[in-house]
Formats: sequence, C-alpha cells, structure tokens
Amino acid sequence: MTRTARRNRRTLQVTGAGAAALLAVSACSSSGSGSSSTTSDSSASTSDKLSGTVTVFAAASLEESFTTLGKQFERAHPGTKVTFSFGGSDSLAASITGGAPADVFASASPKTMKIVTDAGDASGTPATFVRNQLEIATLPGNPDQVASLKDLTNPDLKVVLCDKEVPCGAAAQKALDASGLKLTPVSYEQDVKAALTKVELKEADAAVVYKTDVHAAGDKVGGVEFPESADAVNDYPVTVLKGAQNTDAAKAFIALVRSTEGQKVLTDAGFLKP
Amino acid sequence: MTRADLPEAAPETLRGGPRRRRVRTGAVGRGVPLPLLVPALIGLAFLIVPLVALLVRAPWRSMPEQLTSADVWQALQLSLVCATAATAVSLVIGVPLAWLLARVEFPGRGLVRALVTLPLVLPPVVGGVALLMALGRNGVVGKWLDAWFGITLPFTTAGVVVAEAFVAMPFLVISVEGTLRAADPRYEEAAATLGASRFTAFRRVTLPLIAPGIAAGAVLAWARALGEFGATITFAGNFPGRTQTMPLAVYLALQSDPEAAVALSLVLLAVSVAVLAGLRDRWMTAG
Repeated sequence: MTRTARRNRRTLQVTGAGAAALLAVSACSSSGSGSSSTTSDSSASTSDKLSGTVTVFAAASLEESFTTLGKQFERAHPGTKVTFSFGGSDSLAASITGGAPADVFASASPKTMKIVTDAGDASGTPATFVRNQLEIATLPGNPDQVASLKDLTNPDLKVVLCDKEVPCGAAAQKALDASGLKLTPVSYEQDVKAALTKVELKEADAAVVYKTDVHAAGDKVGGVEFPESADAVNDYPVTVLKGAQNTDAAKAFIALVRSTEGQKVLTDAGFLKP
Repeated sequence: MTRADLPEAAPETLRGGPRRRRVRTGAVGRGVPLPLLVPALIGLAFLIVPLVALLVRAPWRSMPEQLTSADVWQALQLSLVCATAATAVSLVIGVPLAWLLARVEFPGRGLVRALVTLPLVLPPVVGGVALLMALGRNGVVGKWLDAWFGITLPFTTAGVVVAEAFVAMPFLVISVEGTLRAADPRYEEAAATLGASRFTAFRRVTLPLIAPGIAAGAVLAWARALGEFGATITFAGNFPGRTQTMPLAVYLALQSDPEAAVALSLVLLAVSVAVLAGLRDRWMTAG
C-alpha cells in the first residue's frame, strides 16, 4: 500500500516537472514575442526619436570599429542599444536567411551579401561602405624576414590562410592566383580572426589576413604589405534587413557608418574608403 | 491524512496491481500513464525529428556525386582513423586512470575525479585553446617537445588524435570506473592471497571481469571522438587530408554549399548509428 502511494506521488512529481517545463517553454516564447511587439510599437509611435535595440550582424573583421561606432550611436541616441553578432560573413548570411532576428547586415564581400539579397531578406539595395585589403601578418619583429607574398611559399614557414569558402580566403586565393604563386598552408582557418590568432599564439609563422586585422592586433603581430593585395580588394556592403524590427534605428546606424565621423573610425582601423 | 486515504486506496491497488502487471507483458501502450507517455513522446520527437529532417532535406539526386568526391572519402577516412587512434590512446592511459580512481585511496581523489570529467562539460573550443596553451609550439609543454624532439602537434594528424582523445577519454574513464566500482574486489584479493602481484591480479582477474565496461566506454569514446569539432578545429586546424575530419568538412561546406553539408552529415550520421546500434545491445547494457 505504501509502495503504491509512493509510486503515485512519484508520478505526480514527474507530471509536475513536465508541466513546469512546458510552462517554462511557453513563457519563453510569449515573453519573446512580447518584447518584439513592444519594440516595433515604440519605433512606430516615436519615429523621430530613436529607441530600442538595433541588432547588427557584421563580419568578424568589423568587430573593433563597429564596437566603437555602436558606442557612439548609443551616446548620440540615448535610449538605444546596439547589439552585435560578429562572425564569418557566410555563417551570418546563413543565419539571416535562416530567420535570425537582425536589423542590419554588414558583410565582408558582395558574394555573401548576395546570399541575403537573393533570399529576399534585404530591404533596399546594399551599399558599399568600406573596402579592405589583405596584408601578411607575421610574428612580432618579423623574425622570418617575410618581405613578399612569394616568401610565404617557403616550405619551412608555417602559414595559415582563411578557408576558400570565407571572404578572406577567397581574396587570398585571388591574390595568389593573380601572381601565379602556389602556397600550401598548414591550415585553412574558418575565419580571419582564427587565422590571425594562430599567429598571435605563435603557432603559425604567418597568415594572410586583412590589413585591419593586423592593425587591430597591435604589436602582437607584425604586418607586411604586398602589391598583389591590390588584385583582391574586398568591398564591404551593408543593408537594412527586411525582417528588421527597428528599421528607423537600423537606418540611422547605417547613416552613422557612412557619415564622415563613421568613415574616420573605419579608416583609422585600416579600412579603405569605397 | 495518509492513514485516512489508505482504506480507500487499498482496494484500488489490489485490483489495479495484477492487472497492471499483466498489461506490461502484453500490450505495452495501455499500461503507460498519459502524463508520462506524452512528455516521453515529445522527448523522443525532439531527438529524432532533427535527424529525420536531414533525411528529408537530403539532396538525394546529387548524392552519388557528393559522396564519391575524393574530398569526402579523405575526410571520412581521416575521421575513422583518428577516432580509432584516439580511442586506442584513451584505452592505454584511460583504463589505468580509471583503476587508480576506483581502487586506490589517496588524498584529493574526489577532486581528481572531478578534474578528469571536466572535458565532458567544458566547451570543446575551450579544450582546444587549453591544448594550444599546453601543447602548442609555444605552449607550456609543447615548447620543450619542439626544442628537444622537434615535435609540434598543431596542424598535424597527431594533433587531431590528441584533441579527440582529450574530449573523448573522460567517457571511457567514467564508464570503466563505474564498472570497477561495481566489480567485487574480493576476486582481486583472492588472487593476491594466491601470490599474484597487484598488476598480475589486474591483468588476469580485473581486466577480464570489467571487459564489457571497457568495451562500452571505448564505443562511447569512439563515437564522441568521431563527432569532435571544436577542439579539433581550434587545436589542429583544418587541412584536407591531414586535419580536416568530417565534422570540419561539414562545417565548412555549410558556408557555401548547404546541400553538400547535408550529404556529409548523413554519412557521419549513418556511420555513428551503425556503430552505436551494432554494439549497443552487446556491450552497453552489459556495462
């Protein structure tokens, strides 16, 4: 008898836990939709005064400068908050076409931007706001005396490239092809930051990354410019997304990026003007 | 309060008891209470639906091309070789470690056990970073490996094995340690009284006794190693034929060719299911 009582109680506990889990799930989803509706309401009613959160999906190479611009934006528009998701442009594009809630997409190549526009997820035509050029990142002080792209073909050097699927890798391949060089890296890294990190950690001797990344790494790496990089300049397009929940603030953020003060932050980080 | 309920509950149980037992051997569904069945089925669907979705969205028409490409075979082969090597490494150093944890009293054993299982809960990328700090060319230990023996692990196939073993070995250790604790130590003691050394007793008595647990642990470790991604890409990098295992190939294919990623995922899924299903009934339940 007591055993049955205990069994009943246990069944109740399990049911209770299940119900609690379901409640939690529904609470999550309802709070999610609740917050999104309030943001769109507020942006609709007060179109002249910006508020709410702007969610910006941006290429990993934009991390430093966009973080600075985000702070500037929040200061200029009290009550707003800019949140970023930095990553490889391709995976960001995949998340956007997969329905990730973002307001702005800034990509490191027109090719990845095309994924988003082809899927009909962009609102309006994307605009190029900066360009980026490749540079060789070496160990601090350049102990291996890398002076040109050709030097990287030395088999004694451990060189990492970005994977050909991501923009920095495609650009590096373009530069190599243009100069007729064949280079066997030790690894094709999944994004530009991963490639740079391998040099920062001294695991690799050199990497072909963006000028801006060498700049951002400070004295943790050395930088060697090479003429072939002119053949592989990446255009960075930016756009407001169709699924944006805060269109006004998203437009304002892009306006800041393209403004004179925005461009100053970007060129200070090593980007080229479009 | 409970005492008052008892007389009413009693006849119910008397009637319900035997019926329930009969049902269990017959029709399975009827005896299962609804509050358990519904969440159980939701749980099942939660785990199965994503896998079914892979099948639904698979590019069946272009599948033969996708799978006969040299890159795929290279990645699959490398995955199988590295996972097996990582399991072998785990067996050689993991089983003794499990024995130490189960059979030898030493101060701080609880802490050591917690540390051993840490890679289970650690994000694999963190594991990769930790391995770089320890065994990288510039790492705490790796510096000396490089200087004394000219060995560098990052960007090599050996590095993949190290990364996979780091993540997978705890599965083996936990499994073997559990089996050892359940195994009766008196057999070993009996062997000792008959003059066997502790190592002989381990080799001749304990090892055969816990073989099913070791096998179960090895299968788990192998499967975990096969699916390893984060530590591998962080520590060993990504180079086709050398360090690009299937999970890495899937991740990078997803960047530009989602169809190829789905096709590759299916291969990995098929291999994992085949191994787990083939070995589960034989070993896992025994462990």
